Parts: sequence; C-alpha cells; structure tokens
Amino acid sequence: MSSEIQFFFEVLLSGLLTGILYSLVAIGFVLIYKASEVFNFAQGAMVLFAAMTLAGIHGNGVNLVLSGIITLLVMVLLAFSVERFILRRIVNQSPLSMFMATIGLSYFLLGLSQLVWGADVRALDIGIPDDQFIVGEIMIDQFDLTVAAVCLILVLSLVYFFQRTRVGLALRAVADDHQAAISVGVSLHKVWVIVWSIAGFVALVTGIVWGARLGVQPALNLIALKALPVIILGGLSSIPGAIVGGLIIGAGEKLFEIYLGSIFGGATESWVPYVIAIGFLLVRPSGLFGNNQLGRI
Amino acid sequence: MFYRTARRLPDSYSAQLSIIGRNEDRIIAALTLLAVLTLPQFASPYFLKALLIPFLILSIAAIGLNLLMGYAGQPSLGSGAFMAVGAYTAYKLATNVPEIPIVVDFAIAGVMAAGVGIVFGLPSLRMRAFYLAIATLAIQFFIEWLFSKVAWFWNDHPSGVVSIPQFSVFGIPIDTPQKEFYLIGIIVALMTILALNLTRSHIGRQWMAVRDNETAARLMGISVRRAKLSAFAISSFYCGVAGALWAFVYLKTLGITSYSIDVSFKIMFMIVIGGVGTIGGSFIGTAFVLLVPIFLSTVASALSLPISTGSIASMEQMIFGLLIVYFVIVEPQGIVRIVRNFHQKLVSWPLNVGR
Amino acid sequence: MNMLPTIRTGRGRSDSQVIVVENVSLRFGGLAALTNVSLDVREGEIYSIIGPNGAGKTSLLNCINGFYTPTSGRITLGGDEIARLSPATIARSGLSRTFQNLALFKALSTIDNLLLGRNLKMRTNFLQAAVFLGPTKREEVKHRAAVEEIVHFLQLEAVRDEPVGQLPYGTQKRIEFGRALASEPKIILLDEPMAGMTQREKMEMCDFIRSANEMLNVTFVLIEHDIGVIMGLSDRIAVLDRGLRIAEGTPREIAADPAVISAYLGVEH
Repeated sequence: MSSEIQFFFEVLLSGLLTGILYSLVAIGFVLIYKASEVFNFAQGAMVLFAAMTLAGIHGNGVNLVLSGIITLLVMVLLAFSVERFILRRIVNQSPLSMFMATIGLSYFLLGLSQLVWGADVRALDIGIPDDQFIVGEIMIDQFDLTVAAVCLILVLSLVYFFQRTRVGLALRAVADDHQAAISVGVSLHKVWVIVWSIAGFVALVTGIVWGARLGVQPALNLIALKALPVIILGGLSSIPGAIVGGLIIGAGEKLFEIYLGSIFGGATESWVPYVIAIGFLLVRPSGLFGNNQLGRI
Repeated sequence: MFYRTARRLPDSYSAQLSIIGRNEDRIIAALTLLAVLTLPQFASPYFLKALLIPFLILSIAAIGLNLLMGYAGQPSLGSGAFMAVGAYTAYKLATNVPEIPIVVDFAIAGVMAAGVGIVFGLPSLRMRAFYLAIATLAIQFFIEWLFSKVAWFWNDHPSGVVSIPQFSVFGIPIDTPQKEFYLIGIIVALMTILALNLTRSHIGRQWMAVRDNETAARLMGISVRRAKLSAFAISSFYCGVAGALWAFVYLKTLGITSYSIDVSFKIMFMIVIGGVGTIGGSFIGTAFVLLVPIFLSTVASALSLPISTGSIASMEQMIFGLLIVYFVIVEPQGIVRIVRNFHQKLVSWPLNVGR
Repeated sequence: MNMLPTIRTGRGRSDSQVIVVENVSLRFGGLAALTNVSLDVREGEIYSIIGPNGAGKTSLLNCINGFYTPTSGRITLGGDEIARLSPATIARSGLSRTFQNLALFKALSTIDNLLLGRNLKMRTNFLQAAVFLGPTKREEVKHRAAVEEIVHFLQLEAVRDEPVGQLPYGTQKRIEFGRALASEPKIILLDEPMAGMTQREKMEMCDFIRSANEMLNVTFVLIEHDIGVIMGLSDRIAVLDRGLRIAEGTPREIAADPAVISAYLGVEH
C-alpha cells in the first residue's frame, strides 16, 4: 500500500470515529422526536450538563461509578421536570414553538452547568488506555476503538430495549400513533418521562466519551451543534439515519479539511457539515433513508 | 375616561388603513415623539451611549427577524451573520471608497446583506420549521468562519479587530452621543415606517398567507418562492443595516465576535419575548432583553452579593432560558399582547370588554 | 371591484362548454383513483358530482385545478388544455376552489382572507408597498371596497375583523366560499361546501351559491353528499363510483337512472 493511500485511510478512519460521536448526539435527538415530536435543541446542552455534573461530582472525590449513578439520577430528575413544566403544557403548540421552548431549555442548562460547576476545563479520566496499534498498515487509536465499541453496545441495547421489552413496545406504539396509543391505555406522560430519561442516559454516555477525549468544558455544547446537520441528513425519526449520517458528516468534514481545507484557509469543520447536509438534500429531498419529513412538517 | 369611542368609527376605507387610528392614540404618539426628541438634552451621555443607542440599533435587527419569522413564518438563526455582512460591507466601502456618503454605505450594506439573504434563503424552498432553522445555522457558521479567515475583509490589518474611522453625515461630524442618537433615531423611524407599510400591504399579507397555510397560498396563485425569498431579502436588509450601525455607531470597532451565534439567539429571544408577528413587539422585546443583564448586575451590587461576573453571566443565561420557556408556554404572543389588552381596557373603559 | 354592478339578470346558461374532461385516468401506484372519466361543464350551470366515499370525486377536482396531474387524458378550460399546468396558472385563468377540510389562513382576519382572494389583482411593487401612500394605498382601498361587497353579500359583517381560526365551522366554510368569489372567477369548484352544517346553514349556503350563479354568472362544480340539496340545486349531475363515471344528466334523469340506483342508492332496494 502506498503511503498516500495509507494516509487517506487513516484520515477516513479518524473522520468516521469522530462521526460516531456525532451519531451519539443525533440518536438523542431521534429518540425524543419519535416519542414526543419535539425537536429537542437542548440535546447538546444535556450532553454538557451531564458531563459537567459527572466531572464535578467525581472531582469532589466520589468514585467514578457512583458519580455516574448520581448523574443518571439527576438526568432522570431533569426528564421529570421537563415533562412536568414544559411538555405537559405545550401539547397543542406548533412544532416551531416547541423548538423555541427547547432553545430556552438549552440556555437554562448551559447557564446552570456553569453556575454550579464553573467554566474551567476539567479532565475526565475514565481509564481507557490511549495506546495506538497497527492493523495491516493503518494506525488505530485504542481510545477511538473503545468509543466505537461503546457506541455499538449503546445502539444494540437501545434496539433490544425497543424491540424486546414491554416499555419499549409502548414507546414504539406512541411513536407510531399518539391517539391509538392513548386509547389502549399507554400513558403519554410516563412515556415522555421515560424517553427523556433515556435521552439523558445517551447524553451522559456521549458526555463521558467526549469529555474523556476533549476535556469537560462549556465548548462541548458547540461541538454538539455538529449533530444538527446529521439530523438534516439522516432524518429526525431514524436511528440508522442518525448513525450513517454521523459517519458521513464525520468522514466528509475530515477529508475536506485535510485535502481542500488549505485552499479555503483551514478550520472548515465549522460549516462543511452543513454544506454537505444541505447539498445532499438538494440532490435527494427525501433524505438518506427516504424518511425525511420535509414536506410534512 | 380618556378615550372616546362613540361616533369615532372610521368613515372611509382610507381612514381605516391609517397606522394610528384613534385621535387619543395620535396624541400619545405625538407626546412620545416629542419626549424622545428632547431626550438628548437632559439624558446623560452614558444613558444615550450605553442604553438608548444599542436599543435602537438592535431594534432594527429585531424588526428584520420579525418580518421573516413572525410574518413569513420562516425561522432563522442567522441574524448575526447578516449583521456581519452589513458591517463588513460598510467598512470596506467607508475605508476604500471614501467618496460615497456614509449613509449610502449603510444602505449598500443592507442591499449586500439582502443578496446574501436571498442565496441562503434558497433552502427555505425545500425545508420547513426546524429543518430550516438548522439550515440557517449554516450561514451563521460560514460567515463567522469567512470573516475570521479572509483578512481582505478588514483590510489585512494584523489584528482581527479594526477600529472604525470617524465619519460625518451631510458634513456634520458624528462625534457626540447626542448626534449619534439623532442619526440612529431618524434611521430607525424611517425603517419602522417602511416595515409597518410592508406588513399592512399585500406583500405582508402574502407573507402571512405562506406562514399560515403554504399549500393553500400556492393553490391560490401566490408565488410561495417569491414570498419566501422576498422575506429573506427584506429581513436581511434590516439586519445588514443594523450590523453596520452596530459597528460604526455603537462599538466603533469591527470584529467578527460581535456577530456570533449568541447575537443570533439574542435577537430571536427579543422577538419571542416582545411578540412574534408585530413590529411594536420587536421594540418591547429588545428593551426587555437589554434590561435583564443591567437589572441583574444592579440587584447584585445593590445587595452587595459576593457574585463573580462569570456567575452573573451564567445566571443571565438561565434567566433567558426560563423566560423563553415561560413566554412560549404562557404568553406565546409576547409582551405586546399584555400591552394590547391594557390598551383595549382603556379604550372600552368603564365597560369591561375583551379578556 | 364593483362586483355587484356586473349583475346579469337571468342565468347566462348557454351550451358552450367551459370545462371538458376527456378520458381522464389517475393512478397512485397500482391504485386507480379515476378510470377514463369524461364529462363537460357548460357555461353558467351548477354541475354536481356525487358518489359514495372513495369514488374519486375530490381526486377529479384536484385534477381539474391542477393539484394532481392525470396519468392520462385531457382537461380543457375554455378550450385551452390545462391538465399539465400548475394550480397557480390555472387559478390565474379564472378558476378558484374551496376545500373539503378548509384551507383558510387561520391567524388572519376575515377581511385579510378575502383580500388574499384578490391577491393576484394587486400589482404594486415592493418599493411602492414600503412607501404605501399613493399607488399601494389606492389599490388597498379599491380592493377593500370590493371585498366589503362580499362581506355584505355573505353576511359576514359581524366577523369582519376576527381571526378566522376561532370562528364556527359553518362560518369558516362561508368565508372560504367568499375567498373563492373574491378573485372574480368564471368557475368555482366547491368541495363539500355544506358538510357539517345545520339545515338552516345549508339553506343559506344554497342561496349564496344560487345568487352568485345568477347574478355574477359564475359556473359551479360542486361535490356534496346531501342528495336533497343536490337535486334542488343542480342543473346537471355526474355520478362517480369507484373511479368510473356511471351516469350524467339532469336531476330527474339521475333519479331515474337504473345504474345509479343500483350502484349509489342501492341501499334503498
């Protein structure tokens, strides 16, 4: 293998692995949208909030597992509050109003995280070795590989949850048809709390992985905005869409930056994902898996 | 009491079309205008400089976003970017072509922003609601990147933040807060009237039709494409002018960090709090959003609480978040609704009509 | 403007055909919504389309106003082929319609909804609109006067400035009819204009339709389920069943048609 091709594959791989991180945030969006038809702009803020809470508690001497459990409880509490004070009162509003409300929620969470835990960067060491090894002729970072494995396990357990458990079935029923679900006795309020809790859990996992890689800091929220073009690409209601979309965006922005970025002056990752997503939609308006509800929303 | 409604109904369609219908309201408007005009004579320069001038400039941007989002129903998180386009256009013109009067520069800044607005409004023909909101983030990030990378835009100055040259309007140097206030005041008044006119004409009616029911509008022969793109253009024009004034009159410097995504969000908060779909609401919301931080820091210092500025900033963020949630849920029509109800009560007093 | 002064006494019914539908078929995938449907609507008549649910009535209206493009067949409007034109273009050539599930602009007032019906007639540009005084104001006043005549005609004075979304269903149906009238069309397609109305509201609506037909010489094509209303109101009737046109004729002929009786009124036997 020539060194150029080898370099290409290394870039591609590193892009794909970053893409997995975007997919993690996007999955949080999709879960909430499917169950409550709310576009939760605050998913990125939830990632930050979870990561800061975990790092903050852990930083005060509590061991990692216990800090994780406490943080998870905090996220469940958040889900309860969101259902009680926002979702329940907002059912008959336009999708755009709900979107607005989640922007408000996002601001609230960002402010709260920084008020409680400060704005400094905290390192989060979760014990993943940062060694590198070589497969064939391509260098692979063990950390990245772990992240990919975590993502895979998370997705598989979500699939199991939705396909095999009673609660999961109720959630799917709600996603299919609100009215029908209510009429067979599924409590919408409970479903919302559960789904927001799961999204909180996904946010926590995302926060741990990202925090371990980049340090826990308020700027994590900006990186989470990268998941938004993933949503445009993959559609709001498809978990496979979120995963494949994340991989495309991750690989696309990395390849663009490495091979064309210098022409544009570098640091193109802030806008290239959006261009990829919008450009893709112009060619294929129905989105990645034909499930983009562009015309109907 | 003050209002007299008996035999005061408009007697022609022409009379009904006027912006301020009641004589009593005309008196109120005239008194307000008089107060505003004499304000610089007794207000402190700090008050003008730190409060009124930013208030007026941001009101223009809020009106711009309100035309797009409130009237035409197209959400945008890119107001800050359009402001930046206006600011850098005006800067390039003022520094490289000093022969052009500065007021014309401001107008060209608006036109340039309008052009960019049309281009970035194209996704609106395919996307709706939050998909579109996200697509508008593209312009925000792209413009932020562009104006931080391409030094040509700030005349290759080694630092990314450049200072704005002193300028004159019709030979009068704009060098005191009073003069700045009058200049901004005239521009704001003009642009407010133009916005009111657009919204009460068939153009505004088309925007609202597209907002309320796009399919029905299309079936009736309204060109949805034209309506959306024109809303993007006009809205961006307003943001562009506001952006130029923000740099030239308020900050006196130009740097891309003054037009970040936070600015875009703040402008959206202004119209959600003030009232989506009303011109008056844009002003009320802008005042409100500007007053919250001042109120917070005043309270903190009055109680001599040991709070760091960082904490105040975080609290401010939380309070804005709560306010947005509150208004979306409890008063989706914003503060302007409360003002209107009060006005309705005054008009119908002593009867109790309306809610 | 001046809608009512264009009153023509007596109905201007003639034998000239304004809409001709020729062998129109419409399929969605393997599903046939319409199969070789032919009919013609003559100038100045009230032409009704009836048939059981799912017979293809609304699909046919959607083909005529350009919302759907027929899979095959021809549709002409005043002699011009329109089957492949956009709804907006067809609207501009003098055809307007109402919808089964109402397509009003809910946040806008009655007046604004009616004015939007005349939107195509407003010609001033952006700059003129921004200045307002002068051409735009003259235009607004002129069209306002025209719309007020419709308000008066349909007795909508009490709800003139109300946002239409909060008004009773029957009133909204009337406003949508008014909006269709406001564009001064030659032809109006009405999709179930009386659905969900009380008997009294139905009578009023019939009155409005007949008055517009007689005084303004508007041709009507309407879908309606109330057979009593249809028989009294229509000049001619077409019957659709499962995408096929099974009969066409005067109310008397339709009532006596054995195919119709077995297919549509079959329950009575």
